[in-house]
Amino acid sequence: MTTTVLSERPQLGPITTIARKELRSTLSGRWFWLWTAAFAGLAAVLVTVALPSSEIAGYTGFGRTAASLVTLVQIIIPLMGLTLGALSIAGQRESGALRFLLSHPVSRTEAFWGTFLGLGASLAVATAAGFGVAGAMTVVAGVATDTSTFLWITLLSWLLAVAMLGVGMLISTFTATSRAALGGSIFVWLVLVFLGDLGLMGTAAATRMPVSALLATALVNPVEAFRLAALTAFSGSLDVLGPAGTYAIDTLGDALSATLVVALAAWVVVPAVLAWLRFRGRSDV
Amino acid sequence: MISVHDLTKRYRSRAVVSEFDMDVASGESVALWGPNGAGKTTVVRCILGLVTYEGTISVHGHDARTRGKTVRSMIGYVPQELSFYDDMGTIELLDYSAGLRGIGADRVDEVVATMDLAEHSGKRVRELSGGLKQRLGIAAALLPDPPILLLDEPTSNLDAAARDGAVRLLEGLRHEGRTLIVTSHHMEEVGMLVDRVIAMEEGRKTTECAPMELAEALGLRAWLHVITSNGATNRALTILADAGFQARANSRGVLVEVSAQSKGRAVAVLHEAGVEIEDLEVWR
Repeated sequence: MTTTVLSERPQLGPITTIARKELRSTLSGRWFWLWTAAFAGLAAVLVTVALPSSEIAGYTGFGRTAASLVTLVQIIIPLMGLTLGALSIAGQRESGALRFLLSHPVSRTEAFWGTFLGLGASLAVATAAGFGVAGAMTVVAGVATDTSTFLWITLLSWLLAVAMLGVGMLISTFTATSRAALGGSIFVWLVLVFLGDLGLMGTAAATRMPVSALLATALVNPVEAFRLAALTAFSGSLDVLGPAGTYAIDTLGDALSATLVVALAAWVVVPAVLAWLRFRGRSDV
Repeated sequence: MISVHDLTKRYRSRAVVSEFDMDVASGESVALWGPNGAGKTTVVRCILGLVTYEGTISVHGHDARTRGKTVRSMIGYVPQELSFYDDMGTIELLDYSAGLRGIGADRVDEVVATMDLAEHSGKRVRELSGGLKQRLGIAAALLPDPPILLLDEPTSNLDAAARDGAVRLLEGLRHEGRTLIVTSHHMEEVGMLVDRVIAMEEGRKTTECAPMELAEALGLRAWLHVITSNGATNRALTILADAGFQARANSRGVLVEVSAQSKGRAVAVLHEAGVEIEDLEVWR
């Protein structure tokens, strides 16, 4: 029988063990592969539709393919990240797995960041699978592909997924059951994806919102920040967005891309840190 | 040494454990006994630092609140069930638990062998019986070779045969000199496993005594384990049933439910009927 005095500071060992376990569990889950298959399948369909020579929304060739993928990503990726995050802590708490995990010499900080990293890695697999299928189809069809832009959009998509994962985990720390967490995450998805877009357009038209306010409102929505960053990446401008796009380019100039990426990165960091603080401060399991 | 002093745990304004005190010496085995909702499991969760609490808890001189990881490194915790890891493989679960403790694969092999889990190593947790899941839980708890074992209702989800096996297994662990804290509402297993019982009710300690004393005080029933000669088990069961006793067979004889104050009557009935009794044990 042995006793060892351990450092109470977070250690890398338990974090990587938990991350590996989360990655393995997620990748062995049927629902995860259903999501990934749906994403990859829809990506394949959209790429096929976008490949013919007709011009869509001002884009041609690779731009058309990328625009189609961005539309798909902004709908499906947030839902994946949100639900994965929402079910994580609430689900573990509900099943008793969290009690078992925390009965080990593991701190709440290690448990949280291990889970976050493992789920973030799972989302990287899903994103890579979807974009991999789309990329392969584009290459097979002989469309000239800008590889670095394609990889950049893939990375932006993963950042959006991880941002939504953090939001999902934040919801998870506030709810008692996984069902409530799932409901909350779907509500947030509707707000960000549909109300954020259509609602914003409606509000802008009805209230004659200034373009500066329109841009600011878009930047505080991670889905919009992703969309603008991705459109900037493959088209080099935001002209297709009308006055708001022109205003964004006029105001931010060369800093536009960086601003959008910082906005997206803030969405990766802030909800995750808030979720960690909330989880660390909870008085129960 | 585990010291718990003035422990109070509240959920919102409701206290589920109130001003609870407990001292457990090294190598001692203690049961937290009481009905569901008495606060036993909450005390265990407080010792593990899973929940916040008022009062002080120290384990081998380390404050459970500020040195939680160190305290948990000294404790093997056996939850009521492992159903939350149903999709994991048996070895995968042990590897995971070992990884969280920084323990190597050699120790996993050792524990698998000790706990007779080798033939089940290819199975998923969901494929194991209740008794095997319990054994797996104990195996995970034993990975760090801990000086302290905390067992939360270790037999509550087991059938009679599996419970019998689990009690024997835990009895063996007790004799290895580990400190055991068991929560239970089964008096018979408490009698087999512990030196001292702390009875709880509505979050408070109501009494602290030897298991036998508590059984007597509560007028509880006991189980008499009658070890019969080969082939006499079925006859003994019939005789006991005819005499109005509740009895069932186990691997070495029969278990007879008796009054804690008149255990001899069942023996007398068997003796008068000519059943050869090789040995007797009293389970409470």
